[in-house]
This record gives sequence, structure tokens and C-alpha cells, in this order.
Amino acid sequence: MDLAIPVILVIVKVLLVIFVVLTFVAYTTLLERRVLGWFQVRLGPNRVGPWGLLQPLADGAKLLLKEEVTVTAANRWIYLVAPLIVVTCALTPFAVIPFAKDLYLDRIFDQAASKFVLNTGVISDLNVGILFVFAVSSLGTYGVLLGGWSSNNKYSLLGGVRAGAQMISYELALSLSVIGVLLLAGTLSLTQIVEAQDSVWKWYVFRQPLGFILFLIAGSAEIGRTPFDLVECENELVAGYQTEYSAMKFGLFYLGEYAHLLFLSALMTTLYFGGWQGPFFPPIVWFLIKTFFFAFVFIWIRATYPRLRYDRVMAFGWKVLLPVGLFNVMVTAFVYTLWLQYRG
Amino acid sequence: MLDSYLPVLVIVAISAVVGLAIIILSTVLSLNKDPSRIKLMPYECGMDPIGDARRRFSVRFFLIGMLFIVFDIELIFFFPWATIYEDLRMFGFVEMLIFVLVLLVGLGYVWRKGALQWE
Repeated sequence: MDLAIPVILVIVKVLLVIFVVLTFVAYTTLLERRVLGWFQVRLGPNRVGPWGLLQPLADGAKLLLKEEVTVTAANRWIYLVAPLIVVTCALTPFAVIPFAKDLYLDRIFDQAASKFVLNTGVISDLNVGILFVFAVSSLGTYGVLLGGWSSNNKYSLLGGVRAGAQMISYELALSLSVIGVLLLAGTLSLTQIVEAQDSVWKWYVFRQPLGFILFLIAGSAEIGRTPFDLVECENELVAGYQTEYSAMKFGLFYLGEYAHLLFLSALMTTLYFGGWQGPFFPPIVWFLIKTFFFAFVFIWIRATYPRLRYDRVMAFGWKVLLPVGLFNVMVTAFVYTLWLQYRG
Repeated sequence: MLDSYLPVLVIVAISAVVGLAIIILSTVLSLNKDPSRIKLMPYECGMDPIGDARRRFSVRFFLIGMLFIVFDIELIFFFPWATIYEDLRMFGFVEMLIFVLVLLVGLGYVWRKGALQWE
């Protein structure tokens, strides 16, 4: 029994986090549609419930009731597994994001809460946190590639291959852009990175401005947001790798996409904007405010910029972001060395 | 230390189960369970699909894949270096400078050869 309690508590905590994340994902879709409507001087969805607040539920119900179409030429099993891979890889990285300092629990089952690892504001504080994030999110590329290939549709295949190439190219720039932060923090654990930013002028965005810009650009390409949404550019590829997907299998791709968006916003908050740190409000509130601010920034970018051409996107990733990222790392290292020497 | 990986395992399992449950639920609930033969054909703008979709595609994608593996492995070396930089200081800086120069020579070679050109 003593052994079972921690396991049960972990499962409860994980279920809670996944439930909250899924709810936020559903409401991010509503946020995106409302904000886009607002930017384009129209109303956006406002019929279902007050201010359209029940719209995500209606969408979910609609997707559940739609007919399932599995193309006859498709490889049935791979076709089924692809959206599962995407969803799993989109939800798993939330395990290492510190969303609060701790859970303010005193006693769990009549035992001191400090006995359990559970009382921390993160599901699992891995000492290789950021590497874990990159490993899992690059596994998500498999879902997209397999989904595109298994549909046996020319648009899907083209979309899948394009998505794969784009995601791996920007993966390089993305991992390069965070090295500056890791160098200054001297750790890979996201919890410790947040704890190092305990006042506003210690936020890494002020010490790594170039790194932050690289992260923003490479991140939005990594999750396939405008101006880098070549993955599903509808005037060339119909809907890219998800052309043949219908009902909730399509819904899972959609869910994965928005979970990625939220995850990237949360990661940006954690790495560059002090995570849950902030005055007056409880940590979790600060974390959510910052995360949703960045989700809003991504929607803002979508409302502002047109889509780029595919060859330009690839050339930009390799010929601009990669050298600039290396430059950023070396300059950071040099300045940090001088600062360490000067400080003694 | 392995303790901290148990929650990771749990979250992988639970998110996979959630995904699977959603798919099963949608299969059970879907209203029309018998789509017509035409609807089950791969979409090709309303025409009958011509041939199989899995044909040859541009070798560029393949090249990008290979380059990614090389550069990603090189980038992995940055992570441990960055973590212990406070102890390495100038020594680490010079060493990494040499490494980055070698990396840039590689990138320059690939660039000159036109592997990053999409025309």
C-alpha cells in the first residue's frame, strides 16, 4: 500500500494536467477564431453560448458524430496510428514544464506532503528537461510523415514530405537558439532555469534578445504556424498531410497542432520570461497570463503576415537561422567568459 | 534518479490512451457508417486518381534529411558544453570556436555545392 500511493498520486496528477491542457487547447481554438475575427473587423463565432464560449464543445460533438472515412488505398494501421503519435508527442512534453512553484499541499492521506515528489509544480523535474522536450517533439514528425504517406494520396504525400523536411530543418535552429540560455543557467532542468530568473531583469529575454527572436521564428516554423504554414497551404496542397483524415482522426491532428502551440508558448515563458515568477498573483496565474500572451502573439502573427514560398523557407532556415544561431552562441559564451573573469 | 521517469511513462501512456479513446468513441458515435465507394477513393480534385501516390519525389528532401542528421549530432555536443561552461571558461570558448569553425566549413561546402538550393 505504501508503494501504491505515490503511483496513484502520480496518475491523478497527470490526469489532472492532461485534462486542463485539453481544455485549454479547446479554448485556444476559440481564442484564435475570436481574435482573428477581431483583427479582421468581423465577429467570429458568437452564437453558441455567451460570447461563443460553448463553441469548442459544439465542435467536439460535431467531429465525434462525423462519418469515418478510411480511404480504400490507405495502409489502415499506419493511417490509424499517425494521429495517435501526433497527439502523444504533443501532450508528453508538458511533463517537464514547471507551471507553479509547488501545490501548497500540507498533508496527503494523513502523511506529510513533503514525503512525495508530487508536491512540486511540475509533473517530472528531469535533469535533462530541455533535451527531453526536443527529443519528444521531433518524434512528432513521424506522425506527420506517416500520416502523409499512409493516406496514399498525392497531396498528403507531398504535404507530409514537406512538413517533415521543414520540421527537421527548423529543429536545428530551435535547439541552437536555446543554448545561450542553457549556457547562462548552467543547467538543462527547466525548473532550475525558472528559479534562476527570480527578478524581472534576470529574465533571459534581456540577456538573450537575439536567441529569443531566433526561438520565436524557429518555433513558429516548427509548429507550422503562419508565415511558415507550408505544411498545409491549402492553395497548393488541399490540406497537406491531413487531406484524407476525417472525423475525430482529423480532430486529433488539430488537437496536436494547438497543443503544440500552447506548449511552445509555455516553453517560451519558461525559458525567456521567468515562468511562474511574478509579484502579487499566485505563480500559476502568472504562468497562465504569460503563456496565453504568447499564444495571442502567435495568433497576431497569423493575422499579420502572408505565407512564404517553400524554397525561401528552407533557404532561410539553413542559410540564415543556422549561422546566426551559431554566432549568438559564440558571442554569448565570449561575453559570459569576460563577465566571469571581471567578477573574479 | 529513475524515479523521475515514472511520471513521464505515465503521461505517455495516458495521452496515448486518451487519443485511442477519442478515436474509438468517434467510430462508435459516427452517424453514417457506410460511406459510398466514391467517397472512399483518394481525393484528387474530383477526378479518378491516376496511379499510385507513392512515386518518386524530389531528392532535395532526402538530402535535407541526411544533412539534418549530421548537423543535429554536431549540435548535441553543445548541450553538455553549455551546461558546464562556468567551469570551462576561456578554454571551453576556444575549443568550441574551433568546433564551430569546422562546422561552418561543412556548412559552407554544402552551400557551395548547392545542396540548399531549391531550383
